[in-house]
Amino acid sequence: MSIQIKQISKQFGDFQALKPLNLTINEGELVGLLGPSGSGKTTLLRIIAGLETADQGQILFSGKDVTQLHVRDRKVGFVFQHYALFRHMTVAENVAFGLDVLPKQQRPSKASIKQQVAELLDKVQLSHLASRYPAQLSGGQKQRIALARALAMQPRMLLLDEPFGALDAKVRKELRRWLRNLHDELGFTSVFVTHDQEEALEVSDRVVVMSQGQIEQEATPQDLYQQPASRFVYDFLGGVNVFEGEVCSTAGHSNNRLQQGKAWVAFPDGHKPQAGQLYLRSHELSLSNQPSATAHLPLTIKAVSLIGAEVRVELEPLDWQSPDLWEVVISHSHYNNWQPQRGDTCFAQPQAGQLFTKNKENQPLALNWTKEHLLIKTA
Amino acid sequence: MHQQRIGDQPWLRRLLIGLAFLLVGILLVVPLVAIFAQALSAGLNIFWVNLSDKYTLHAIGLTLLVAALTVPLNLVFGVFLAWLVTRFEFPGRRILMTLIDIPFAVSPVVAGLMYLLLYGSNGWLGSWLMDHDLQLMFAWPGIVMVTVFITCPFVARELIPLMQQQGSSEEEAALSLGASGWQMFRRVTLPNIKCALLYGVVLANARAVGEFGAVSVVSGNIRGETNTLPLHVELLYQDYNLVGAFTSATLLAVLALLTLVVKTFLEWRQQQSAR
Repeated sequence: MSIQIKQISKQFGDFQALKPLNLTINEGELVGLLGPSGSGKTTLLRIIAGLETADQGQILFSGKDVTQLHVRDRKVGFVFQHYALFRHMTVAENVAFGLDVLPKQQRPSKASIKQQVAELLDKVQLSHLASRYPAQLSGGQKQRIALARALAMQPRMLLLDEPFGALDAKVRKELRRWLRNLHDELGFTSVFVTHDQEEALEVSDRVVVMSQGQIEQEATPQDLYQQPASRFVYDFLGGVNVFEGEVCSTAGHSNNRLQQGKAWVAFPDGHKPQAGQLYLRSHELSLSNQPSATAHLPLTIKAVSLIGAEVRVELEPLDWQSPDLWEVVISHSHYNNWQPQRGDTCFAQPQAGQLFTKNKENQPLALNWTKEHLLIKTA
Repeated sequence: MHQQRIGDQPWLRRLLIGLAFLLVGILLVVPLVAIFAQALSAGLNIFWVNLSDKYTLHAIGLTLLVAALTVPLNLVFGVFLAWLVTRFEFPGRRILMTLIDIPFAVSPVVAGLMYLLLYGSNGWLGSWLMDHDLQLMFAWPGIVMVTVFITCPFVARELIPLMQQQGSSEEEAALSLGASGWQMFRRVTLPNIKCALLYGVVLANARAVGEFGAVSVVSGNIRGETNTLPLHVELLYQDYNLVGAFTSATLLAVLALLTLVVKTFLEWRQQQSAR
């Protein structure tokens, strides 16, 4: 079932939760709505489900207008942030609820309901908990039961509000994979809300980034990561270092540099120098003891942490300004050869980055230094 | 040596527990025992005579009637109000929540007077009612009206914090699973608030049975007509019929004790089923 959102907007009192927005979700797609709290992502999800009514606009399911349709008639599987299991019912009664409340003519027989519940519990691998109460389950188990309950009415669409928000890291990862598999197996359309970029990038076919009631960007995880459309998306995806500079042509300096005090980055050949903020991802930088011909970015090492497959180095700009500390990721082999210590000075060399020119929030200029770097190395 | 918490010393603990029991004894148990002792002081026979007095029987009947009308009204009103203020955002919601407390804040006698001024034969609405031959004050409808007023916050007050804390997501889940409004209420909302609802009803019932101040203003104290049990106790007392007064008082006390037993039993059963 495809979902079409046309010019939907919503206001809560003085707060504009959603500015008129359009979005199309294709049949069978798994879409992640990503954004900080207050960005309107949950409101949008609830409007799709019919739990909230939009002030304006239209919602179509497979081309059929459902804007005025009540939530109970939309046949949408909704999984709530805190699971919202019925606390006074057993797990089996929870899962059976959707079938139990069907009108008499459509309701399956008691035996059939029992069998369907057993199958669903089997699917979520929790058959042994059928007679427990929600209070006796762990977070991950509750989440699975909430899913089984939603699946009982065979929805063609599954909407999940922060499905993994309240779980610990390991269970999260496991459930994420499980959800992805379930989605592929059952082939429905799924939309989930998250504020965790990693989660969104890992699970979704397509990610919709939202901020302040607007869609900032919709793209596949690859495209989103490689080409963030705006400053906000770049910031929100995280792990980014910012160098703000001017283009100056004072004596003694070449004028193809982005300069801040004594620190600078040279523009790669073929790019017109422009003032602005250079965004550099933590893995798109290298560190060395010497400045290079294309960059002079002195930094002091504040911390070195060996986490997993890579080494993370926290750095503080030396004699220039940055809103946040810098973070650069280097390989273990580089770390072993170099052995950086706290307090050491080193120099950053960008390989690729995006320049947001002054007063422009989107359409950054992509810059790449790898070629020149190679030239210098070979020279 | 580990640090002792306050009250960890055995003598202090014993002292505090002893003090609590002493206070409960003096303030609660002794008066309760005294009521029964006084009522039975002239023997079971006199107790029985007083109990089967026709005015006493009428007072019992009227009191039960008032409770039987007030409590269901309160139940419906309380659930409706709690539902309204916890599930919907609307202008005036906060004011409404404050207004619920008015019967708690206003002295019952003042509440009775308000009703008398409004619905009495000289009141604004009363004169219109008189013209249509409807008498509310100094008759049982008036007693029911003020009792409803006095007891109306009990159920709502019990429910509002609970429903606020529980939030509406279970109800939304029920709706998203296809439940009708009534199915949602009966199968999700009601079981979740059952305990608090029962507690509110028990409190409202106790108050409805025992209310004196407001009722005494609007009832007119007509023996055999508008006398409820608490008023009857006072009348008998003023008649120097001490044994009679205490006999009626035992009825109120027994009702109160029964209420407690019912409440405890219901709570116990609730815990059993929830495990």
